[in-house]
Amino acid sequence: MSQLNRQKYWRRNLTYVGILLAIWFLVSFVCGILFAEPLNQFEILNIPLGFWFAQQGSIYVFVILIFTYMILMNRLDKEFDVNEE
Amino acid sequence: MTLALWTYIIVGLTFALYIGVAIWAKAGSTKEFYVAGGGIHPVVNGMATAADWMSAASFLSMAGLISFMGFDGSQYLMGWTGGYVLLALLLAPYLRKFGKFTVPDFIGDRYYSQTARIVAVICALFVSFTYVVGQMKGVGVAFSRFLGVEFGTGVLIGVLIVFFYAVLGGMKGITYTQVAQFCVLIFAFTLPAVFISIEMVNNPIPQLGLGGTLSDGTNLLDKLNMLSVDLGFHEYTSANKPMIDLFCVTAALMLGTAGLPHVIVRFFTVPKVRDARKSAGWALLFIAILYTTAPAIAVFARTNLINTVNDKEYAEMPEWFASWETTGLLTFDDKNGDGRIQYYNDNNEEFVSSVATEKGWNGSELTIDRDIIVMANPEIANLPDWVIAVVVAGGLAAALSTAAGLLLVISSSISHDLLKKWLKPEITDKQELWYARASIAAAVVIAGYFGYNPPDYVAAIVAFAFGLAASSFFPAIVLGIFDKRMNMQGAVSGMVLGLLFTLTYIVYFKFGGGTPDQYWWDISPEGIGTIGMLINLVISLIVSRMTPAPPQWVQELVEDIRVPRGAEGATH
Repeated sequence: MSQLNRQKYWRRNLTYVGILLAIWFLVSFVCGILFAEPLNQFEILNIPLGFWFAQQGSIYVFVILIFTYMILMNRLDKEFDVNEE
Repeated sequence: MTLALWTYIIVGLTFALYIGVAIWAKAGSTKEFYVAGGGIHPVVNGMATAADWMSAASFLSMAGLISFMGFDGSQYLMGWTGGYVLLALLLAPYLRKFGKFTVPDFIGDRYYSQTARIVAVICALFVSFTYVVGQMKGVGVAFSRFLGVEFGTGVLIGVLIVFFYAVLGGMKGITYTQVAQFCVLIFAFTLPAVFISIEMVNNPIPQLGLGGTLSDGTNLLDKLNMLSVDLGFHEYTSANKPMIDLFCVTAALMLGTAGLPHVIVRFFTVPKVRDARKSAGWALLFIAILYTTAPAIAVFARTNLINTVNDKEYAEMPEWFASWETTGLLTFDDKNGDGRIQYYNDNNEEFVSSVATEKGWNGSELTIDRDIIVMANPEIANLPDWVIAVVVAGGLAAALSTAAGLLLVISSSISHDLLKKWLKPEITDKQELWYARASIAAAVVIAGYFGYNPPDYVAAIVAFAFGLAASSFFPAIVLGIFDKRMNMQGAVSGMVLGLLFTLTYIVYFKFGGGTPDQYWWDISPEGIGTIGMLINLVISLIVSRMTPAPPQWVQELVEDIRVPRGAEGATH
């Protein structure tokens, strides 16, 4: 693999990681802690929204984030021909 | 059939299962012993990781803690799951590509330094021992309450079981046993939750039952908020402690999770880099089943408890009340001598001076150990005896699976990192396997001893485990992968300073007489690992830029672990 491709591959990976970690931060620290109190005025499934993010929603999103990363990276590996056989 | 008989039968059956699995999956080489030959299917590995991760604390204590903390309990829920995102995105695939057995292996190689390796070994040993003592105590508690045996005998039985399958099977045996234990523990945790959810809000899914409606037409959470406020507690669904502390504790638990050696090592056991990513996802999915059920259990239990006991005649209490009283974990003290149980927040001065005084209450009369919530919950909800027996088996599965995983880290730290890589490099694979088995045996015995005579600061020490992992391992590993320029000087000074800072803060406030009003920016010792991590990060970056770049072969190593192709089985 050429040095240039290596760099491109790595930069794409960093972009994915950056975006996914931003979502990770948003659902847990922002929705579940910093803005939990104002969000509690709204409800989801009859549960105050801030409370739901802190004790339910953030965990669901965490699971989705990991699988999303897995799919994105499997695709990227193939695109750059660095996937395992 | 009596409860004791049910418990003997169900616990006996699960133990027979674990031992059977262990014999079937006996380890023959060091590679099988340390990383199960690196050939574990990612879904299986995910399940084993989940069992490894969910300890006696997750199973027995967490729902109880949340039940009493309300919204503030979110720090455990998010903290102990969010770390897996960091693991999957920042660590697991690269460490798998690196392909060694242990975390100190990575630190030692990446930072080309025996000192770094030894610092890492000491941290790994300390963290793992701290943890395993708590598991052994959990085993003792579960046995003594439900099998009617002495606490010490309970610990001894636990030690013998773990001893048997960990020494025999190594990582391979442990992995397959953990799969069985995961099934037992998740069934045991969700079963009573489903029953209670149907009973209370007529919805079989506890996660939805959380927002359910009670038979009297009120919303469950509204009802609980009302009950809480009426007794002088804060609203269940609102935060009670400073936001910055909630923030820091959650972050410290996440960062700590991602830095715990017994969690990281699980990603060495899958065949490919791709599998490491996938395995992390499956692990978190399996963990999420328990972690999203726990808050529902917490709400059900809290509502049930207040409804059952508050301002009721002591003489009319159900049977479970008396049986938990005999354990001393639940105590009633009739302070105003009216024969009724008053349970309220007597730390709330405003409430005490108004409502409580008016009603002639003389202080809260009920003391409840938070740990009993999960165990007592099925009894409080009047579920059949066999359900309670299943819960006991689940608690034991949780404690044993985590203990086994930790013991393996301890044994590999001693036989691989200390002996093979440092003191006695000349030993053969066969001898190393022998040392690994011997050190696991010694570790089980020592852990059993401390489980039997638990130091009374066990709970305080858990803050150490996460704080240390967060402030030492996490930045060192992440920088080792993402910052090619990071060198030995930077990493070592960062680790040492981050560690010292965190250690000093925790020791001062947990053992040195510091009081909460002296906390820096309201951050409790549980959350200080977050600041320690930041210190480590900043120091590492500054020092590394002022000192020479790492040698060429290390930079090539970093280049190499960044791409998946070419990953081989874990090697020496």
